[in-house]
Amino acid sequence: MRTVAIIRFPGSNCDEDSLRAAEFVGVRAHYVWHRDTTLGGADIVILPGGFSYGDYLRSGAIARFSPVMEAVQAHAQAGGAVLGICNGFQILCEAHLLPGALVRNDRLRFASRPVRTRVERTTTNFTNAYQAGDVLTLPVAHGDGRFAADPATIAALEAEGRIVLRYVEGTNPNGSEHDIAGICNAAGNVVGIMPHPERVMEPVLGQVDGLGFFTSMMGRTAGSLA
Amino acid sequence: MSYRVHVRVMPRAGLLDPQGQAVSGALAALSFREVGTVRVGRAIELTVQADSKDEAEARARQMCDRLLANPVTEDYQVEVEEA
Repeated sequence: MRTVAIIRFPGSNCDEDSLRAAEFVGVRAHYVWHRDTTLGGADIVILPGGFSYGDYLRSGAIARFSPVMEAVQAHAQAGGAVLGICNGFQILCEAHLLPGALVRNDRLRFASRPVRTRVERTTTNFTNAYQAGDVLTLPVAHGDGRFAADPATIAALEAEGRIVLRYVEGTNPNGSEHDIAGICNAAGNVVGIMPHPERVMEPVLGQVDGLGFFTSMMGRTAGSLA
Repeated sequence: MSYRVHVRVMPRAGLLDPQGQAVSGALAALSFREVGTVRVGRAIELTVQADSKDEAEARARQMCDRLLANPVTEDYQVEVEEA
């Protein structure tokens, strides 16, 4: 059985949702505190949403230097699966595990609403349960969600098929370059997304479009768990 | 020696600065019509122990590269004075 480590930083607030989402699909999950230096034998790491360290300085800037991030770096460099959701995506960019940065939304408003996104890459440990082109309604909740990178980086992401999730045209809540909602690293084992699939897992929550991110971790369908 | 280091972090030129735009709009609403572009950054002051002013500046630049500024989206300036 796959085991997921949910990293908790001071200010994480989607940690319990992420744990429940993993358990809901039958993945074993445990918390790892940011001061810990090992991942407890986990196959998969999730950096959950929230406001680690109060978003001081920049979102994710201080969390990336937490002791646990060395273990996360080593896990990622060894090809282990890592998913950053929202603040977790910001931390992955600050830690240079993903390129670019997430900066203030273009209209300065905290965007908290369901948005339509399209799955563009399905060969990751978190999207292999979807079909390319699937349109998912997923909630976003962020103030700093505008993906920014220099033009060469954006071009490389496009050319290498590393845009995992994109806002459907006209629904981009933050002004991100190329409507980017989620990307992966060159190897495809590290994925960062701004929307919150862990919030739309069960019919009682009104939507189940996020389920696939978690069932993908089971490796039930195409795409291997590195 | 003790030095005071002033770090100025600004959004990179060319990158959309919505905070600057909002402040520009607010100033226009207050009838400060002479205002053109506004950009909003961040100022950080540090006291640093170093053997020389050059060393203090070099260390401060390392701090900027690693933590105080994001090299993807921000530029910084460092000024050092004796404390």
